[in-house]
Amino acid sequence: MNLTAEEQALRAGEYGPAAQWAIEHQIKVGEYLGAGDFVPVTQAHIMADTESLGEAGVEWLERLARLPAHARRVRIPTITDPRGTDFAAAHRLKQKPWMVELERRAITAFEALGVLMTNTCINYQTIMAPLAGEHVAYGDTGVVIYCNSVCGARSNFEGGPSALAAALTARTPRYGYHLDERRRSTLLVEIDFAPRELNEWGALGALVGRLAGDYWQVPALVGIERVPTSDEMKHFGAALASYGSVALFHIGGITPEARRLGDVLPAGSNVRSHEIHEADVRTFTASYARAIDSVDVVVFSAPQLSLIEMAQVAGLIEGRHARIPLLVVTSPQVKGDADRMGLTARIEAAGGTVLAGMCFYQSYARELAEANGWRRLATNSAKLVNIIGGYGYRPVLMSMPACIDAACNGGKIAP
Amino acid sequence: MSGETFFAAAGMGATVRGVALVAKDGFSARYDLDRVRGVFSRADHKLAGESYVGRVLVLDAAKGGVASAWMLHEMKARGVIPAALVLNAVNPIMVQGAALAGFTMLSGFAVDITQAITNGAMVEVDPTAPRPFIKVL
Repeated sequence: MNLTAEEQALRAGEYGPAAQWAIEHQIKVGEYLGAGDFVPVTQAHIMADTESLGEAGVEWLERLARLPAHARRVRIPTITDPRGTDFAAAHRLKQKPWMVELERRAITAFEALGVLMTNTCINYQTIMAPLAGEHVAYGDTGVVIYCNSVCGARSNFEGGPSALAAALTARTPRYGYHLDERRRSTLLVEIDFAPRELNEWGALGALVGRLAGDYWQVPALVGIERVPTSDEMKHFGAALASYGSVALFHIGGITPEARRLGDVLPAGSNVRSHEIHEADVRTFTASYARAIDSVDVVVFSAPQLSLIEMAQVAGLIEGRHARIPLLVVTSPQVKGDADRMGLTARIEAAGGTVLAGMCFYQSYARELAEANGWRRLATNSAKLVNIIGGYGYRPVLMSMPACIDAACNGGKIAP
Repeated sequence: MSGETFFAAAGMGATVRGVALVAKDGFSARYDLDRVRGVFSRADHKLAGESYVGRVLVLDAAKGGVASAWMLHEMKARGVIPAALVLNAVNPIMVQGAALAGFTMLSGFAVDITQAITNGAMVEVDPTAPRPFIKVL
């Protein structure tokens, strides 16, 4: 890679050992992926729950945190993805003291590095959405795909170590979705129906993700007639990223780089094309529901709920009572508003549990299942359905109203 | 077939030898593995129930989210990790994770590497060569 004088100084250790580690890490990654140089970035977002970090990862962070203050601080605004617990609810969730302690140690280390503990995967709805063309270093696949596709920002998937490296150097290797030529569509998907519920948007994202197949594919959708809401795009993108490892999509006439489809798919482009029909979404959803007539827990999470979704849950459960655990997971920023507006109180009066700053699958989901006797799980998140099977759950994908019905009917799923 | 060599577009880490565990399926440390027991745990993964510890994993594409970037490091610290990961298509997360962990990885082949390597074959993975390769021993 071509290095500027500043980058050579970073590599030589003139900015301290943290920045030196960071740029060496970035050069390894950049050279593997064919980057010619670095691009400055304005924000970083770090995924670093302790289930992923483990003891080894936390110790690694603590070594950085023990460096002198001038040698360990991040150089750009740097925020965090959800933690592995909500400290206020850890006991109720039956999380073990060692999990909570590991989280506290990770937070202390991040704070010493100058990281802002926002603990959210919906920063684009709550903190500071990036602008079109803004180069950033974001973790959490749902954050990356939303900000690339809906906001027009430029980021690759930056795992925790690489997002932290970008925060320490204020740059990232220029490959993938920082490059114009990588942002053109590689496949065309024709849609002839309009998803309604969030789970249907998620299911559509999952199907497109399966068709796409890998990180380097950029689907372009046509046939979406109505401008979707932010929450609909959130669920669609999160599922597409989860099932396909995809980081960028376009929707003809809707997303900013595809106001004219020809801008991302020039005439004569020879790309593969597919069709997705409403029946495909029904088949996809039914594939998870086979032989399950009741569930042990209902979870709204992945991504964290917006204030609008919180209001929807509160409205749907008004005057009813959940007879099995109903977990409603949001960001610390939304939680404050939900508390102030009485949404939290309404959900919890109906037997739900509102959790903030965590994400269900990032919170020791396997141990939660064992401690609480949870195996069958209902959710309206296609992303969660995709992930949680690996933790030993049998997930079912349903609409938000159907999930609330199941919670209030003792877990029984309506046929 | 013994002696066959397949060159990769890119490689990282040290040279290793091991028994190949092969499937036309994806790889994500969070989605697919029980990292405590060292087995594939996703029920619909083609390697469900198989131990990955010490094996050279030969799979189709990197999948899933960003957690693998930390998890390879954590798995290596506990010694419950594959010997190497060989993929048709990589994503940045696996590269970032391998870079942090000092883990051996190859990706990008002229053939479908999951069809070229037989499950159970003894292989050598050399990412340090001018043209990184996997060779059937």
